[in-house]
Amino acid sequence: MHESADEPRALLQAQSLCFARNDEVIFGPLDFSLHAGETVLIEGDNGSGKTTLLKVLSGLLDPTSGDVLLHGAPLTLAKLSHQVALLGHLPGLKLELSALENLRFATGMGGIRPGITPHLALASVGLEGYEDAPLRTLSAGQRKRVALARLLLVPAALWLLDEPYANLDRSGIDLVNRLLDHHARRGGAALITSHGAYAFTSGTPRRIALKASA
Amino acid sequence: MKPGTTSSACIALLRRDLLLVWRRRGDALNPLLFAIIVVALFPLALGPETTVLARIAAGTIFVAVLLAMLLSLDALFRSDLEDGSLEQLVVSPHPLALLIGCKIFIHWLTTALPLIVIAPLLAQLLQLPSQVLPVLMIALALATPLLSLIGAVCVALTVGMRRSGMLLTLLVLPLIVPALIFGAGACNAAQDGFAYSAPLLWLAAWLVLSIIIAPLAAAAALKISLS
Repeated sequence: MHESADEPRALLQAQSLCFARNDEVIFGPLDFSLHAGETVLIEGDNGSGKTTLLKVLSGLLDPTSGDVLLHGAPLTLAKLSHQVALLGHLPGLKLELSALENLRFATGMGGIRPGITPHLALASVGLEGYEDAPLRTLSAGQRKRVALARLLLVPAALWLLDEPYANLDRSGIDLVNRLLDHHARRGGAALITSHGAYAFTSGTPRRIALKASA
Repeated sequence: MKPGTTSSACIALLRRDLLLVWRRRGDALNPLLFAIIVVALFPLALGPETTVLARIAAGTIFVAVLLAMLLSLDALFRSDLEDGSLEQLVVSPHPLALLIGCKIFIHWLTTALPLIVIAPLLAQLLQLPSQVLPVLMIALALATPLLSLIGAVCVALTVGMRRSGMLLTLLVLPLIVPALIFGAGACNAAQDGFAYSAPLLWLAAWLVLSIIIAPLAAAAALKISLS
């Protein structure tokens, strides 16, 4: 889209990125870049700043120092171009509403990819027949699947997924891997946090290790 | 790719919040019941003398309406913070202040508008002279959005804390006292046959200022609460 012909720009680039809360360094300085078609796993123990890193990359928190560039442009500007989808610890879904109503809200907020509907997205995460059930009546794993369906619908090139495997059964883990694979082949990129090792379908992903600061 | 436009985002947010209020309509009725009960108790406590009741009618209705609105204020961003919807709003590519403005509008629409609609009934309960009723309605129509807007800024500041109810009340009350003074003052002036347009115009001016500033301030405060 924006990249120059000879040297494709990294989708996401972190330059000596550092975040500190009350003078206590949470992570960094970090340097890495993420290109289209890549899936990168952020590894680290509890408290090593994985979630904080995703929050900084999505623009929820401002980094203490360093820069985040999306397609070579600073994050605040690039945010306007609908690039980032965040799946946090909290799914951001309303329990009073049905799966379909939640997804319709998400597409109203973030737009919709061509060739997919909320119905299709729910079917592809294995929730056919649950379209109109209030989310309150669904299990934690099923709610996670609704959040995954949102990723399918909303056109964002960069996925930031915080513990996408949590609460999911074996077929759910396979589903996440399939979605990531599909996303990478479509030219998207994903950054995933996890403190466990998971089997990726397409080989081992690149890893970024975070250490808990002493 | 078909990115969402800001107007479609606002419509989606308005529709979702209205739907949520409808699904929780039992909670949404609370402020209305509270205001009716408070106003209905006054004649019981003071006796049915028309002159006494008419004298305090406008002030009592004003206080009841403002306190009733305070009841629902704490919930304005609470559920969005707890289920992660707020993060999604902040990450979305649309101006946060505009989205917050939509949420404040829904708060006013679902809390204050029903109170304004039943204000004539409350006025009847307290024997408010009929020529004062239009002034009361205009004053309420100007003062209630002010409370929603100012309250939203205070809620945004305190939403990150546990059990912020008391602090919220302490923050909001001094800020809305001027609205109460001008609103009830206009009604009292009308009742005594004096000119009442000046306090109403002050309320209107303050409302215009708040419509511009409050969503921006609330958005900035929410970003602080999230970090």
